Amino acid sequence: MSKIIQSSIARKVVMALSGIFLVLFLALHFTINFTSVVSPDTFNELSHFMGYNFIVQFIMQPILIAGVVIHFVMGFVLEIQNNRARGVKYVQYKGSANAPWVSRNMIISGAVILAFLGLHFYDFWIHEMAYKYIEANPEDPTRYYAETVEKFAPFWRTLLYVLSFGLLSLHLWHGFASSFQTMGVNNKYTPSIVNFTKIYAVAIPLGFAFIAIYHHFNPIIH
Amino acid sequence: MKIYLKIWRQKDASSKGKMVDYTVEGIEGDMSFLEMLDILNEELISQGEEPIEFDHDCREGICGTCSLQINGRPHGPDTRITACQLHMRSFKDGDTITIEPFRAKAFPVVKDLIIDRSAFDRIQQAGGYISVNTSGNTVDANAIPIEKDKADHSFNAATCIGCGACVAACKNASAMLFTSAKVSQFALLPQGRVEAADRVLNMVRQMDIEGFGNCTNTGACEVECPKGISLENIARMNREYLSASIKG
Ligand code: HEM
Ligand code: SF4
Ligand code: FES
Repeated sequence: MSKIIQSSIARKVVMALSGIFLVLFLALHFTINFTSVVSPDTFNELSHFMGYNFIVQFIMQPILIAGVVIHFVMGFVLEIQNNRARGVKYVQYKGSANAPWVSRNMIISGAVILAFLGLHFYDFWIHEMAYKYIEANPEDPTRYYAETVEKFAPFWRTLLYVLSFGLLSLHLWHGFASSFQTMGVNNKYTPSIVNFTKIYAVAIPLGFAFIAIYHHFNPIIH
Repeated sequence: MKIYLKIWRQKDASSKGKMVDYTVEGIEGDMSFLEMLDILNEELISQGEEPIEFDHDCREGICGTCSLQINGRPHGPDTRITACQLHMRSFKDGDTITIEPFRAKAFPVVKDLIIDRSAFDRIQQAGGYISVNTSGNTVDANAIPIEKDKADHSFNAATCIGCGACVAACKNASAMLFTSAKVSQFALLPQGRVEAADRVLNMVRQMDIEGFGNCTNTGACEVECPKGISLENIARMNREYLSASIKG
């Protein structure tokens, strides 16, 4: 690991691979969440499977958490090193003249996503862990839909989720295509990769935002 | 034209510098940017003041020494040119122009607007060459057929003049565009393949030792490079680096 930290290109590769991994995970996460809008039963089934399957819980979940941690820790390492590399700051620096805002502010969009992940973990993950392993409640394969919809009842939470998805969109807009460049892919497929990045970066966060807003306005009537 | 200037003045490497205001009059649009500075310096000298030190040599965009950050951009507002190729017609009467040295920890200021870019020389020395036996049995390079496409890309990479604008523009002060141009010009040719793996590992190691930042693919370097060196070279260097690292 220390050897990897020593090479700038290796650090970038860690960033890119963990980023691509998170992009793939995000697509899976979205697919499962979307079923909560079309079929609560399917959503319950899938959630229960993810929550109690051994491979998902004890192999895939730790890999995912490691992926997120590696990604944002390396992100902060890069940011600190890159700030130091300038030395004396410019009196006038026209960053917007030669690079888009999103590419220059990955640390801002990333930090907002990290803050969101804090809230998201508190909302769902901590709750799940407590329910299953601390309170040791019995399995209930039908509880997930109602729990999820209830989460989006408060306006503030729905708003925070939607805002975070906006910044996630900006992060992906640069990050997804950038990770291909880092991995050495820059060829005749690059324009298609950039186009796909733009579609993905808009569609996925928009989809997540739709789900949150949908549940906010369609509460379960008891 | 009357031009207001804010210029970085710094006595020597160890002093603290600051921006100083100047005014020059009688500037014509056809004058080059450096001629404008010459006029200012003549005035300063005639008033018994220290002239402003700035680097320049060829004044035609080939030596790469004129490392000026003008209004927040390396080599000024126009693209595909060096500061010496910039003309005053790109500015208007009454404009205020900010001039600073290129900023990077690896490019320390020597005096005023002059920076020490020997970090680039050390990256070159770490592998930016091919070892050729010159004892008299040297094979003519043209004896080896090379695909046109590769020869063109290699030539384009070789047009890098080592000016440092890529580092100056990059928010991370990364030297990836420069280093990748120097790696690519050889990596694409059969003569360069022989030492390709060691070359890329050594040059990237030296680049990191010099304290340049990590590339985050913002693409600012490509936009500001006076020679239009493409980001493709960075991707190629990354490929070369990864395969050389994996092969050990
Ligand atoms: C946990 C909070 C996060 C932080 C602090 C963070 C921070 C960063 C930073 C600083 C970069 C480097 C900028 C660059 O290289 O262009 C980056 C790149 C990237 N991030 Fe994130 N990020 C976070 C979460 C995410 C998530 C959730 C995803 C995907 C769903 C993601 C995907 C990417 C991708 C694909 C890259 C591009 C890698 C490359 O440039 O080679 N990030 N991130
Ligand atoms: S890559 Fe372009 S900007 Fe960088 S040193 Fe070479 S010529 Fe200058
Ligand atoms: S003085 Fe030679 S490139 Fe500008």
